[in-house]
Amino acid sequence: MRFTFKGAAAMLALTTALALPASAELTGDLRIFFNDQNPAPRAAIEGAVERFQALHPGLNIDLTLIDREANKTQIRNYLTANAPDVNGWYAGNRMRPYVSAGLFEDVSDLWEGPMGEELASTLPALTLDGKQWGVPYSYYQWGIYYREDIYAELGLTPAATWEEEKANCQVILDSGRKCYAIGSRHPWTTGGWFDYLNLRTHGYDFHMELTAGEVAWTDERVRETFAKWRELLDMGAFIDNPTAYDWQEALPFVVNGEATAYLMGNFVVAPLKEAGLTDDNLGFYPFPEITPGIPRAEDAPTDTLHIPAQAQNKEAARAFLLYVASAENQALMNEILGQLPINSTAEVGDDKFIQAGFEMLSTAPGGIAQFFDRDTDAEMASVGMEGFQEFMMFPDNLDEILNRLDAVRQRVAAR
Amino acid sequence: MAQISEPIQTTRDSRGWWARNQMRAAPWLFLAPGIVFFAVYVVLPIFQSFHISFYRWDGLGEATPVGLDNYRQLLDDRAFYVSLRNNLTWLLLYLLAIPAGLMIALFLNQQIRGMRLYKSLFFFPFVISQVVVGLVFVWFYNPAIGLWNPLIGLFGFAPMNILGNPQTVTYGIIAAGLWPQIAYCMILYLTGLNAVDPEQVEAARLDGAKGLKMLWYVILPQLRPATFIAVVVTVIGALRSFDMVSVMTRGGPFGSSRVLAYYMFEVSLSEYGFRMGYGAAIAVVLFLIMLVYIAFFLWRMWREEREA
Repeated sequence: MRFTFKGAAAMLALTTALALPASAELTGDLRIFFNDQNPAPRAAIEGAVERFQALHPGLNIDLTLIDREANKTQIRNYLTANAPDVNGWYAGNRMRPYVSAGLFEDVSDLWEGPMGEELASTLPALTLDGKQWGVPYSYYQWGIYYREDIYAELGLTPAATWEEEKANCQVILDSGRKCYAIGSRHPWTTGGWFDYLNLRTHGYDFHMELTAGEVAWTDERVRETFAKWRELLDMGAFIDNPTAYDWQEALPFVVNGEATAYLMGNFVVAPLKEAGLTDDNLGFYPFPEITPGIPRAEDAPTDTLHIPAQAQNKEAARAFLLYVASAENQALMNEILGQLPINSTAEVGDDKFIQAGFEMLSTAPGGIAQFFDRDTDAEMASVGMEGFQEFMMFPDNLDEILNRLDAVRQRVAAR
Repeated sequence: MAQISEPIQTTRDSRGWWARNQMRAAPWLFLAPGIVFFAVYVVLPIFQSFHISFYRWDGLGEATPVGLDNYRQLLDDRAFYVSLRNNLTWLLLYLLAIPAGLMIALFLNQQIRGMRLYKSLFFFPFVISQVVVGLVFVWFYNPAIGLWNPLIGLFGFAPMNILGNPQTVTYGIIAAGLWPQIAYCMILYLTGLNAVDPEQVEAARLDGAKGLKMLWYVILPQLRPATFIAVVVTVIGALRSFDMVSVMTRGGPFGSSRVLAYYMFEVSLSEYGFRMGYGAAIAVVLFLIMLVYIAFFLWRMWREEREA
């Protein structure tokens, strides 16, 4: 077996060598810091490294897996001292501190090739100051995951408009259930609701201006967004005491049928299925239209790989990023991740939710947002989501909340 | 003089510097590792914090000097005042651990079969990690699965969302923090009670003292060293109450359970933080508050030593 595997690797190497005669043989060390230790992401990156190793047998690849949360603070240490050649991070404004400090390598050269066309959908998310700073390998959709069986029992179909959504919700409430589960103990979950209400009420461009700090939080249009949110709050659409739960602790409400839907990222499917739901009783639909005629935009947080400015083996790192971006690799990695490939020529997994997400994102005419805490400045994100959390509990505090948010916006803009 | 001192000096010289100064140098040599670490990891960072608090710095790029801007910003930062008020609440309520610990210690200070077991059971919460205590209380308070709501339901109270409600959250966390702190004070008093002079108790009893009078005029004065340590430890524990807040609520909902130590961490080191200058300014304020207490207690200790 081992022999045949080696032979296959050699064959693979040979064919690539034929396909890419210009690329010189890569040697030396390639150190990769990947920011996830969970089983699926781990298998995905290990697979990618294994295949890349087979293409470049002369390369000595060292893969280090870092816990996702720990990486958020460790990145500051390893980018400034003893940098790896490739590291994992996120697209959008989250790259800003490292780009400004000159710690990420400018990889615009990679995007000028055919790769740029294949990854075009995320080009804006990887661009800061007119240059590209990394390569995406995966993203996932956000949307409403709902109990198909309960909808069928109540004779409902997923809503396409805001009025239908509220009418559905009223029926659900009348049946003694809640419409939406949410756990806001860690307030980022409220960012999803704000993103979608704002994207649907005023569209992508306004949302991007707001998250970039160019529009005041006290603007009348922002109040309109919150007014839509308030309509749901006044109906009692959300589960009671959301601040008592984190997002996982709110899952049982959906599993037990006490709440019929959950606005979440696609990562919610795995734990829901583990808890006993199946493709037959769990469904997905895009967040409904609010203001008619606004091009539909979606949240799709993008996971990325970058080259630290202090990397030792940038040649090999660039080759690895190119390989990660390739259609073949993105299909294989995302098959394992249960997420969507960014490369437009890559094959998409045949999972029900992956297909739905692919359909939704590839036909989104409005644009792709990253997520509230990746599109805004970090300080703004934390104060903002805290404000959303407060609004859900005390909607009457809206004026005070918006004034507070705008004070932070002005301070952030001033520096 | 010279004639007398000369021979003595030669004998001294023959013993060498080490032999002559051994007695004086030895304590410093033993203290040296501690002093070095204390200086490098405690004293120096204090001055660094003062320094950083005058800059705007994200921990990566260039630091920009901003003078007193960070402190000015603190003055109209709602979150700062919420944290400060919570710190005061912590301070006041945390002191309850001292009378509670004393009561349990008095209760346990008896010769009964199996007393050691009861003592260890009462001491148990101090042995387990603060993180575990926090998690246990999070589940206890959980409105969906926790025991708290059924418990108060027995007495006819409506269900509460303790950790999700800005009015109650800080009290909920303090209650969790008190559990191990009471055990700590109890141990301090139990050891103190061992040192109470039985002859004085005997004499007081002959004079007819009993009950509260005995406690107040005879026992408590002898427990003064234990009380002193208990107060110091509890006050400092309340001021640096970080772990409970971090584990139980991360300062939420919307920052209403933050304390200064947690706010400092959030601003400078958490996922959305990295405002090092602002965090350092909070650290300086926290340090100054602690300094007031520490100075007060040091002064009292010094005064008592002098009177004694």
